[in-house]
Amino acid sequence: MSSIITLAHGSGGIKTGELINKVIRSIISFKKVSSGVGLDDLDDSAIIPLNGEMLLALTIDSYTVKPIFFPGGDIGKLAITGTINDLAVMGALPIAIVDSIVVEEGFSIDNLRRIVQSMNEVSVKEGVAIVGGDFKVMPKGNVDEIVITTAGIGLVRKNELVLDSGAKVGDKVIVTGTIGEHGATILAMQLELEATDFNLLSDCSPITKVIREVLSIGGLHAAKDPTRGGLATALNDIAKKSQVNIVIRERDIPISRGVRAICELTGIDPLHLACEGRAVMVVDGEVAETIINKLRNIGCSDASIIGEVTEEGEGLVFLKSVVGGTRIIDPPRGEVVPRIC
Amino acid sequence: MCLGVPGVVIEIEENTAVVDFDGIRLRVDTFLVPDVRPGDFVIVHAGSIIAKLSEEEAMEVISAWRELLAALGGESV
Amino acid sequence: MGESPVSRIIKAYRDPAIAKLICNRITELVKTLVKKEKKEIIKIMHVCGTHEHTITYYGIRDVLPETIKLIAGPGCPVCIVPAREIDEAVKIALEHDALVLSYGDMYRVPGSKMSLANARSMGGNVQVVYGFRDAVEKSRKTKGKAVFFAVGFETTQPTIASYVALNKIPPNMSILVSHRLTVPAVKYILKQPDIPLDGIIAPGHVSTITGAGAWSFIAEDCGLPVVVTGFEPIDVLLAVMDLLEMLVKGKPKIVNEYSRAVSWNGNVRAKEYILKVFKVVDADWRGIGVLPESGLALRETYSSIDARKIFNIRIDRWIDVKPGCRCPDIILGRAEPTDCPMFLRACTPEKPLGACMVSSEGTCAIWAKYGGYRRNVSIRDQ
Repeated sequence: MSSIITLAHGSGGIKTGELINKVIRSIISFKKVSSGVGLDDLDDSAIIPLNGEMLLALTIDSYTVKPIFFPGGDIGKLAITGTINDLAVMGALPIAIVDSIVVEEGFSIDNLRRIVQSMNEVSVKEGVAIVGGDFKVMPKGNVDEIVITTAGIGLVRKNELVLDSGAKVGDKVIVTGTIGEHGATILAMQLELEATDFNLLSDCSPITKVIREVLSIGGLHAAKDPTRGGLATALNDIAKKSQVNIVIRERDIPISRGVRAICELTGIDPLHLACEGRAVMVVDGEVAETIINKLRNIGCSDASIIGEVTEEGEGLVFLKSVVGGTRIIDPPRGEVVPRIC
Repeated sequence: MCLGVPGVVIEIEENTAVVDFDGIRLRVDTFLVPDVRPGDFVIVHAGSIIAKLSEEEAMEVISAWRELLAALGGESV
Repeated sequence: MGESPVSRIIKAYRDPAIAKLICNRITELVKTLVKKEKKEIIKIMHVCGTHEHTITYYGIRDVLPETIKLIAGPGCPVCIVPAREIDEAVKIALEHDALVLSYGDMYRVPGSKMSLANARSMGGNVQVVYGFRDAVEKSRKTKGKAVFFAVGFETTQPTIASYVALNKIPPNMSILVSHRLTVPAVKYILKQPDIPLDGIIAPGHVSTITGAGAWSFIAEDCGLPVVVTGFEPIDVLLAVMDLLEMLVKGKPKIVNEYSRAVSWNGNVRAKEYILKVFKVVDADWRGIGVLPESGLALRETYSSIDARKIFNIRIDRWIDVKPGCRCPDIILGRAEPTDCPMFLRACTPEKPLGACMVSSEGTCAIWAKYGGYRRNVSIRDQ
């Protein structure tokens, strides 16, 4: 392993996993509260057992998106939404968030006000209180504009807890909408590409309602919000933790025209681009159609069954291409960068 | 050897063109194919137009194969 | 806006029904060849990283009969740019106060000690660019010196050459030239003894510049069938089918399947720019060694933008082909990754040594990940 931190370690893919395993999980020894979900599980949220029927879900995430304002949202909306989604995919009802904001000397207060207003909007709409926070300023040049970290807690009924390791053979894989929208939007801004006759927006939005609806139907075995590292990373995570192999079909994966065009242009795999308002779910085969119909009539018009869990195994994810060939899908190795070859 | 992406020329300025890739627009160089006109189909590689793309040629090749394969395979396409 | 003609073309060249028909025809042709010529293996080489991407991305090896081996020849800059030239770019980034601009492809490739990505983490000013135009704009916006790491083949070279010839390069920008030529490399390779190849797939976008005619020597001098093809899955499948048809008839020819973009003579203006700005030189290829007249260098008239002269970098020690490394044979189809003593021992995807392991689409990287060209995957027969 390299002796210094590189940007690849922050990509959410293979390199990130290596660093967390070798430097963090190997050093921390007290990693969970009684039989709860802890550091070794690396699920979207930790779970702390309470007495009685309820469990406490706890998660933390930091947001360093560049540019900080983008079509479909900003770093403030992202910071609250992302943590809500990490709680929701555990089957939790998010209830409270605390945030830490670190700002660079010279940052415009108007921009800060705009960002905090976006944070408030999501908090009010989703009924998740922002109960506390911390604010620090760093000298000019020591931090890049602004970094926001949010921690959130939620309550989970024992029988509604959803872990990454719950996928079973025969289950179906569902995505709740078109993938890669956030990642493609940010990439387009960085490469100064303009989307013209349709708008390319980040899909940044809370998914609590979507998960609650699926929980009411039952049969939800595993769920993740595929953020950094994209659908490829989320699926590999579920497959490895559940010790199953998964096959998805390329023609069934919902990808919008704009995301497809940007991926063709830059040679980047859409499965590696971040989503910020989607869930990938592994559900009992029998209820898959019912869940899809429910999702489609609560606004997830592109919700699709994209594949299934085929066999027990070492946790491989296969893609069946439009011309019938099969390849293994890996999480991105390092930073996702455009290529010319 | 290189990622070349098909697009349609929308607008021409001096030495550059705006090319549309199914809804995404990008400004590219035209040094290598300076006689492009709006409406031309082109192939863009690393920010430069490297060739024109002929839709008729594309469709001819495909339909030629369709007939040959259908004749050989017996299935209609 | 209705379906644009361009996406109609793309859809036609990704049509599963046609793919199925082509595969059926390929299977028949292979049966004939196996019976008629007693061939157990048919080795087809392509020389293009983007063809390898199409083959891997669409799992094309999986839909072809096992008899066909699709071999990734020396065709992607990531695989063949020698460690020494990456070391030069790293040295400029770390020791000279200059902005180094690189395509994403070369950003993560390790030189002898580190990649440009590592150099950036150690404080080197390194940025990824999407195209040369992007590099020129980034150079204009930077105060100090800027150096463009110019890798790539005949497709990428003319853009840079046109900027240099029309002197559109900003005054603070220089070029670290690391271009290679595919045509002379293939010419040299096919003259080697015991090359076990049965056919060649020629790179489509290189050919938009060189013209399909540049590959006719393969049929005329080397007696091998050759097809110039594009980068959609149907393009590649059609090329394999064309090659097999020619092998059955025993008449090696050159077929231009990518006629929608490639002419016989190519882009004459682009070739003029290249000849005006660059001269052809012998060049070393990572994993193969020095191939005569297979690289480019800036002509003397342009030495003012030649980064090697401006920064006068001398790399004395570098590591390219480790003793025992079988990359040279793997790239030419004479050996498979499992024949190499270092495969998955000293040479792994995490610590790649040989060229074929360096690129995520190099032959060894694919075998390390997928366990051989084809995983006998239970689901394939579903």
